[in-house]
Amino acid sequence: MTLLEIRNLSLTYRTKQAQIPAVRGVSLQVAAGETLGLAGESGCGKSTLASTVLRLYPKSATVTGEVLLDGVDTLTMSWGQLRAVRWRSASVVFQGAMHSLDPLQKIGKQLAEPIMTHFSTYTTSSARKRVRDLLAQVNLPEGIADSYPHQLSGGQKQRVMIALALACDPRLIVADEPTTALDVMVQAQVLDLLSSIVRERGLGLMIISHDLSVLAEQADRVAVMYAGTIVEEGPGSEVFRNPNHPYTRALAGAFPTIGDLESRYAPSGLDGDPPDPAELPDGCAFHPRCPDALPTCTEQTPALLEVGPHRRAACLLLDHAGTATRGMP
Amino acid sequence: MTEPILQVSDLHVTFRARGGVAARAVDGVNLELGKGEIVALVGESGCGKTTLARSMLGLVEPNQGVVSYAGTPLRYATRSLKQHRKHVQLVLQDPMGSLNPRLTVYESVAEGPRTHGMDDEVGRVKRALAQAGLRPPEKFFLRYPHQLSGGQRQRVVIAGALALEPDVLVADEPVSSLDASVRGEILALLLKLREELGLTVLVVTHDLGLAWNIADRIVVMYLGRVVEQGTTEQVLTSPQHPYTQALLSVVPEIKQLEPIVLTGEPPDPTRIPSACRFHPRCQTLASGLADDAGVGEKCRTQDLPVLPPHIEEHRCACWWAAAREAAAQQA
Repeated sequence: MTLLEIRNLSLTYRTKQAQIPAVRGVSLQVAAGETLGLAGESGCGKSTLASTVLRLYPKSATVTGEVLLDGVDTLTMSWGQLRAVRWRSASVVFQGAMHSLDPLQKIGKQLAEPIMTHFSTYTTSSARKRVRDLLAQVNLPEGIADSYPHQLSGGQKQRVMIALALACDPRLIVADEPTTALDVMVQAQVLDLLSSIVRERGLGLMIISHDLSVLAEQADRVAVMYAGTIVEEGPGSEVFRNPNHPYTRALAGAFPTIGDLESRYAPSGLDGDPPDPAELPDGCAFHPRCPDALPTCTEQTPALLEVGPHRRAACLLLDHAGTATRGMP
Repeated sequence: MTEPILQVSDLHVTFRARGGVAARAVDGVNLELGKGEIVALVGESGCGKTTLARSMLGLVEPNQGVVSYAGTPLRYATRSLKQHRKHVQLVLQDPMGSLNPRLTVYESVAEGPRTHGMDDEVGRVKRALAQAGLRPPEKFFLRYPHQLSGGQRQRVVIAGALALEPDVLVADEPVSSLDASVRGEILALLLKLREELGLTVLVVTHDLGLAWNIADRIVVMYLGRVVEQGTTEQVLTSPQHPYTQALLSVVPEIKQLEPIVLTGEPPDPTRIPSACRFHPRCQTLASGLADDAGVGEKCRTQDLPVLPPHIEEHRCACWWAAAREAAAQQA
C-alpha cells in the first residue's frame, strides 16, 4: 500500500466575496523511502495541499477527493482518529515553522510535549532521554535542550523543527519550504540531514519549495503546481534539466547554471503574474503568461498526460506536437 | 577601469554585544566600486556583508577607516549624510516590509524627493516609476502595496530609490523574498538601469546564481574580511579560496562538483578565530592539503594581510592559495 495517496483532491476556500479554488483536482503519491518535491510560486496552492494531509485547513473550506494515509482517508476520519494520526503517522513542518517555537519555553520541553501527549508510556525522565536522542539525530548538542529559541541560529532552529517532526516516529513528513530562509551552507546541511533520515528510516518525505533546483537535487520525483493543478511531474533531475511544460521551463531557467555563458548577463524569468485563484482564466490557466500559447489554449483545458517514461505534463502543445517535438527549447 | 565612485578603505565596524563582548562585524575591508559597475558582495549570514553595505550608505559609522564618495571622505554630520544618501540609495530585501502599507505608491515614491526638497515632484515620481518598469506610471499612483504583486512591490521600492536620481544603488538581497519567475525580471531591471542611467550597483546576496546573472565582479566576505575578489568569471569558474570553493560546491545546479558541506555553525563575529579566520572550518587544512603544501602551520598561527582594493586583479587571502600560486610560478 502506498504511504500517501492523494486522489483527485480539490479544495475551495470560501470568503464572503468569493469562492477561491486553491487546489483543483490533484492526484499524487508518496511511497515509503521516497522523496516527492512539490514546486510552484506563491499562491499556487502548494501549502494548501500540504494542509490537507492532516486536515489542517479551515472548516469553511470545501474539500472533495481522497487523502489516503496508509489507506485510510484523513478527510473523513473521526477527530479521535485524526488526533492519533497527527504526529504519529505523519507530521507537517510549515513554512517559517521555526518562528513558531515558543520563545518562553526551553527547547527540551517543546520537544517532549508531543511525545508525552501521544505516548502514555513515557515518563518525564524517559521523555528527556528521547529528547536527547532526537537532538543527536539532527546533529545538535545535548545542551540545546536547555536553551531558549532566541539563543539558537536559524539553522539550529530549523533542525529543532525537524527533530520535532521526528518526535513520534512518523512514517511521513511534509516539509513546507524547510530551507527558504537559510544560507546556502546551512541549507546544504539541513537538506543533507533530511535525505539521510529518509534513507536510513525509509520515511516518506514531501518537500515543498519554490526553488526547483533544490528539489531537482533532493527529490526522487518532482511535481510542479500552477494555479492549483499539477502541470508537470517526473523524476527530479529530468524535470529540471529537460522540462516539458513551458511553466516548468521558466521556473528552471530562473536559476542559472553557473559557468553557462548563455545565462551570463541574461537573467531569465517569466512575464506577468500568477492568476488570481478567484478569477482563473478560461482554458489553460497558464496561457496568459505562456510564451508558446496556441489559439486553442484559451478554450481547452489540458489534461495531465503521459509524455514519456515516468513523466506527465498538462500542455496542449505536447498533445498537438506529439513525440517529435517534446522537450523543445 | 573606470574611476571609483564609492571607496572603502581599512574599514572596521565593531558592535558591543550584550555583556560587553565586541562583535567585529567588519574587520578591515578595502573595496572600490567603479562607476557603472555591478558588484556582488557574497557570504553567509553573520559575515558582515550587510554591515559593510550599511556603512557605505552612511547608516553605520565605522570605528576606523574611511568611506569616500567620488574621492571625498564621508562625514557623519546630519547635513553631509543627507547629501550622501541622495547619491547612494538603498533597496531592501522584503518589499512588503519596506513599504508602508498605508501609503499609496505615489506617496511612497514621493517621500524621498519631498525630504530632499526637490522640485517637480509629480514628474520625478512618474519618471522613477517608468524607469522601474511600472508603466503607465499614473495607473499605479493610487494603489496600495497589498494591491500589487510581489514583483510590482519590489519595483516600487526601486522606484523610490530612483526618484532621488542616485549614482549608486545598494541592493540587499533584492530577489530573495520573490518568486522564481519574478526574480529574473527584477535582475533584468537592475541590468537595464545600469545601461540606461549608468547606475553603479552593489548587490548584497548569498545567491551565487544571481551574481552569475548580473554581476561584473564578486567580493566574497568571511567573518568581517574580504577573502576573495575578482571578476565574476574568475571567482565563480576558478575559485581560489577554500571557502569560495565550498560555497560554490553546495549550489544545487553544479553537479560536477563534489559538495563540500562545511560543518560547524555559521561564523560568529564575537569569536573570530586567530590566525586565518577560516582555519577551524577549512576543508583544505582538515584534509592535510595545506600541510602537504607546507603552509599548515601558517594557517593555524599567522593572520593574513588585508586584501587591497585592486579592482581588476583576482585576489584571495589564503596561505594555501598563495603557496600554490608561488609553486606554479616556479614551475
